[in-house]
Amino acid sequence: MNALFLAFAYLRFHWARSVVLVLVAALMLAVPVITQVLLNGSQAALTERADRTPLVLGNRGSQLDLAMNALYFSDDRAQPVTLAASEAIWDTGLALPIPLNTAFETNGARIVGTGIEYFDFRDLTLSEGRQIALLGEAVLGADVAARLGLGAGDTVVSSPQNLFDLDGVYPLELNIVGVLAATGTADDEAVFVDIKTSWVIAGIGHGHDGVLSADADAEDIVAASSIVEFNRITEDNIDSFHFHGDPAEYPVSAVLLVPNDDRAATILRGRYLDADNPVQLILPRDVIGELVDRIFRIKALLDAVTLIIGVAAFAAVGLAIFLSYRLRAREMQTAFKIGARRGMILRLLMAETVILLCCAGVIAFAATLVVQGNGQSIVAWLLAT
Amino acid sequence: MIAVDNLSFAYPDGDFRLTVPALTLEPGENVAVVGPSGTGKTTLLNLLAGIVVPDSGTVRLGDQTISAMGDSARRATRAATIGFVFQDFALLEYLSARENILFPYRIAAGARLDAAARARADDLAAACGLSGKLDRRPGALSQGEQQRVALCRALVMKPRLVLADEATGNLDPANKTAILDLLFARTAEEGATLLAVTHDHDLLPRFDRVIDFSTFRQSEGASV
Repeated sequence: MNALFLAFAYLRFHWARSVVLVLVAALMLAVPVITQVLLNGSQAALTERADRTPLVLGNRGSQLDLAMNALYFSDDRAQPVTLAASEAIWDTGLALPIPLNTAFETNGARIVGTGIEYFDFRDLTLSEGRQIALLGEAVLGADVAARLGLGAGDTVVSSPQNLFDLDGVYPLELNIVGVLAATGTADDEAVFVDIKTSWVIAGIGHGHDGVLSADADAEDIVAASSIVEFNRITEDNIDSFHFHGDPAEYPVSAVLLVPNDDRAATILRGRYLDADNPVQLILPRDVIGELVDRIFRIKALLDAVTLIIGVAAFAAVGLAIFLSYRLRAREMQTAFKIGARRGMILRLLMAETVILLCCAGVIAFAATLVVQGNGQSIVAWLLAT
Repeated sequence: MIAVDNLSFAYPDGDFRLTVPALTLEPGENVAVVGPSGTGKTTLLNLLAGIVVPDSGTVRLGDQTISAMGDSARRATRAATIGFVFQDFALLEYLSARENILFPYRIAAGARLDAAARARADDLAAACGLSGKLDRRPGALSQGEQQRVALCRALVMKPRLVLADEATGNLDPANKTAILDLLFARTAEEGATLLAVTHDHDLLPRFDRVIDFSTFRQSEGASV
């Protein structure tokens, strides 16, 4: 007890040095564990969602980008395909196509334009409000709703694509009509709208506001354009919304395919094997499996680096304690002269080391618990960015 | 009574040898040790305290022959019967004045830090004019106050022998006198023997006896 008392008094007096030592030791203890927790979580999240997504259709290019964008709505997006590609799948009768348009975002969350069938496919349920039914409506993923403090009845505005392009697409105010129940997947971090709403954000569809004259008797109506901060779809103007161009050419980031059966899946895969076809069909399970293998190969390297850094850090902590001992030689000499019992000085140093390591252990344990408790959200966020 | 008989000691890597044919310190006696640097004054204190062991001869503390004891026994004897006062006070900067006084209880074998020990520490501090300053750390005390704390620490376990190594060497004249007064008063009160190494010849008249290491001549009275 006396050794602990003296050790604690010493560490408290030199609190800045103690805090640095504790934090260094805590980092060294926590980093490998947290890395392992996140990697395991990532592996589970990656493979589970990939396993539940039979096929993805998208522009030929990076299969990984396509899979990550279609499954986790990541920022890395391949060039979009057209709605025609989705319609072509529908026409085969071999699979249900679920188009996704992930080109836009709001408040750091991806806006996912899709159809109502997506929610059934992912087993998404509402914790609040109702499903999207009209143009301009949105339902929020659980984490987005919690982070932004929004719910049914609130609104959220899509992020502008170019702040300096006044001629460009205006952001669209989205009416939030519901919030999804948490799933611990990328869906928690997304804002879902009807795919047509995403095309309105893209400027393919738009509405017209009525033009009023200040003078009701005037024969000539003078209208002037004005700069608005964002577009808004209301009961008054929703009927005026319309789309321009050939619907077959409307952009789609990716299409999730739900084949009727294994045979249908095999037939569909065969139809998209041609390397000259600008559209490709991928098996997310294979693509993500490759990614996971690569991650775990990198993890082995990371473990080695962590081990080396750990040894170096503990050597540094040991050196700090040794130097502290040297600096305290006079104190030790005094204790010896006064009659400190044999081993007391060693006990004192041991007590200091134990206190430091215990504090570091508690911090590392708490950090690991926090990461573990929020592992799904952290993994979903990591995968989306 | 502290008795030294035919003491001889040399550091392994040194060419200096201290030889003390005979030395006796009576209970309650105040003895000063003077002499040039390097003549073995501090070594004598270390021998009396059992910090180093003589090559030959004996050091007896009452009925205990400290020079014949093993390391653990010498440590225990030192903690229980000898108090040290150092020139640089040797206080622990991270402990309060009270905890510095109680420090021997925390490190010594067999010592028990109980309410009686705490009360004794407080009484000693009060007698040394430290009341109200016991919660301060050494950095917040003057040099005179720090040496008073060191003095209380030396006395807190009721030692039979107090060894003061240049205890007033770092103090201004006013504090020097005050600390010496306290040292004499407290050791007298406790019935302890005081052996003080000093370079200050002005203080010598206050001691019962002076040991001059320049000639190793024991003299009665003031002059060396």
